[in-house]
Amino acid sequence: MVYEKRLDGRKFDELRPVEANVGVVKRAAGSAMFKIGKTIAIAAVYGPRELYPQVFQNPTNGVLRCNYNMMAFSGSGDRVRPGPSRRSKEISLVMEKALLPVVDLSGYAGTVVDVFVELVQTDAGTRCAGICAAAMALADAGIPMKDLVSSVAVGRVGGKIVLDLSKEEEDYEGHATDIATAFSTRMGQVTLLQMDGEVSREELKKALELAKSGCEKIKEIQVKALKAKYVGDLNE
Amino acid sequence: MSNIIREHLLELFSKDFRLDGRKFDQYRDIKVEYGISSRSAEGSARVKIGNTEVLAGVKLELGEPYSDNPDEGTIMVNVELLPLSNPEFESGPPGIEAVELSRVVDRAIREGKALNFKKLCITPKEQMWIVLIDIYPVNDAGNLFDAAALAALAALKDAKFPKIEDGKISYRESTGQKLPLEKLPLSCTVYKIGNYFLVDPVSEEELIVDARLTVGVLEDGTLCSLQKGGDFGLNPEEVDQMVDVAVKKTKELRKVL
Amino acid sequence: MSKLLVQEKEIVVPGQDLAEGMDYLPGEDVIRDKDKLVSTKLGIVGLSGRLVRIVPLNGPYVPKRGDLVIGKIVGVGIGGWRVNIGWPFEANLSVKDATSDFIEKGSDLSKYFNYGDYIIVEIVNVASSKIIDLSMKGPGLRKLGSGRLITIPATKVPRVIGKQGSMISLVKDYTGCKISVGQNGIIWLKGDEPKKELLAIKAINKIENESHISGLTDRMKEFLEREKNGL
Repeated sequence: MVYEKRLDGRKFDELRPVEANVGVVKRAAGSAMFKIGKTIAIAAVYGPRELYPQVFQNPTNGVLRCNYNMMAFSGSGDRVRPGPSRRSKEISLVMEKALLPVVDLSGYAGTVVDVFVELVQTDAGTRCAGICAAAMALADAGIPMKDLVSSVAVGRVGGKIVLDLSKEEEDYEGHATDIATAFSTRMGQVTLLQMDGEVSREELKKALELAKSGCEKIKEIQVKALKAKYVGDLNE
Repeated sequence: MSNIIREHLLELFSKDFRLDGRKFDQYRDIKVEYGISSRSAEGSARVKIGNTEVLAGVKLELGEPYSDNPDEGTIMVNVELLPLSNPEFESGPPGIEAVELSRVVDRAIREGKALNFKKLCITPKEQMWIVLIDIYPVNDAGNLFDAAALAALAALKDAKFPKIEDGKISYRESTGQKLPLEKLPLSCTVYKIGNYFLVDPVSEEELIVDARLTVGVLEDGTLCSLQKGGDFGLNPEEVDQMVDVAVKKTKELRKVL
Repeated sequence: MSKLLVQEKEIVVPGQDLAEGMDYLPGEDVIRDKDKLVSTKLGIVGLSGRLVRIVPLNGPYVPKRGDLVIGKIVGVGIGGWRVNIGWPFEANLSVKDATSDFIEKGSDLSKYFNYGDYIIVEIVNVASSKIIDLSMKGPGLRKLGSGRLITIPATKVPRVIGKQGSMISLVKDYTGCKISVGQNGIIWLKGDEPKKELLAIKAINKIENESHISGLTDRMKEFLEREKNGL
């Protein structure tokens, strides 16, 4: 069946409603909440701190370490078993790689900067929401960065290329294609790219263009949230 | 722990003053928000006590009743001390602190008969509801014991049964029917530092605690759970004084739920 | 044609373009990317001539020679002490840099500074991230007595101290508290009344939160004057 109208009524190039907030974990060096649709991610940054065991230290650079975790009640079906899974380990890894191209830890040799990402509620696009929150938390912590990273999923649903798939769209007719992306929009670089499903090369090009424009919109929201933490202070 | 901080705190206490100016038996502001993960969890809540923030969620599953209680359902409580919430917490399997906290929260709910276990049984010997309560600190600024216990009760209060179809849970459809939450066993932890008793410590105060006593109290004043912690002992008179504080404070806590 | 894209004191984010063209020069926390100057921090724009720099709003403390810092004793050895100064690696205070007194070889150094003690010291050498030497020889450098410790971002310390120490003097005058501010963002304070300590902390937090908004000194005077009456 041709996908004429999106299940939730959005335009094909429209994001779900996005909310972002900086400084949500007071004890952390930096933190942020990112909500897209019903997916809610919280990120907190600790460090730079000494990396143990010492053999993991990089003598010329700091190490960025991400940890992605779904709260046990955050899944759409059964309770998620606590503790790392193969899925969460892989996501932690690709999040790290999505952020590394913009993060400069050369001044912190031998240390680690930890980014903990917790999903409170999930409804598609969790790793992308996690990356958006993590980038904001790193900026909030004052870690040197060449750019922010913005992240969104695109995909093919019923033959149409769409931005920011919902859970229902991911499940559409059992064979939607889901492409998770992240961009440094200033540098014009893709820093996360994972796909489940099938597309033609032409469709992929189109999808990446759509993803980039989606990330530009997300970046505006991230920037606004980062500034809002300081603009609002006098009124508190 | 640093001596100069302990010394300073005790000096403050001797002037009837705490770090942030509170009275010994005064909690920080408490806020409870329900349904913070309403798409995913059957029940959920956020509790903030000052800067301490804890999330709790309830998931429901089906299971076969235990042979020793064939006509009852059951609960399970799990607290994870997320490294996101405190730089001292480490990734990995739950440490002993998380296990103790889980069991203390569990004990108050179970022994206080918060949920009517009989009503959690669907068919004796065949099918029961398992109520899974997961608790996560998001920011640890002290007193996770009371925040976790309060968050668990708030999430239970928020929870509704999902539909069952063909013997399986249809998580997307709620029946709108609340859990059989018949009592609210509220917990208050009283801390002893030097010769002083106080509630709701901030992190700096927590570091110099000599002993603590978590007391679960029902609406009629009945005590339903106790847990003594800390490296120092308490004499029976002290226990009595601490219980007295807890009974008084749980009356206040009851109002925030 | 070179063009400045931001204003002095504007809040900017990492990755934000600050200026176009080769006439402007990158200062602290600013990088050049082809013909553009780009911020690498969340911070406030500072301009001095053609130099564009960022004053970060938050960030880790990085030890520099000459900094006065507050540290905690975390190790007591034979030749000196290991000190946590809010940097990922411990710094070193050797016996000879700690005191001019004669300490016999092999004596128990915990008699002088013990685990958990706080000291205010000067950083005299930063050889690498892991080799940092401290000294306690200098005016005001000492072991700290009973008091309160608070931590603020090291990036805010210059504002808390103020020009020639004017801001922190203001807080001291109004509250009567003794206050020592470490460049690493650790602050020790002690007052003769708990309420005065609380006011000093409130004042420091206010400076910390509003450091980027102009007119801070006047606002602080007004705040302290008003709050003083409540004591």
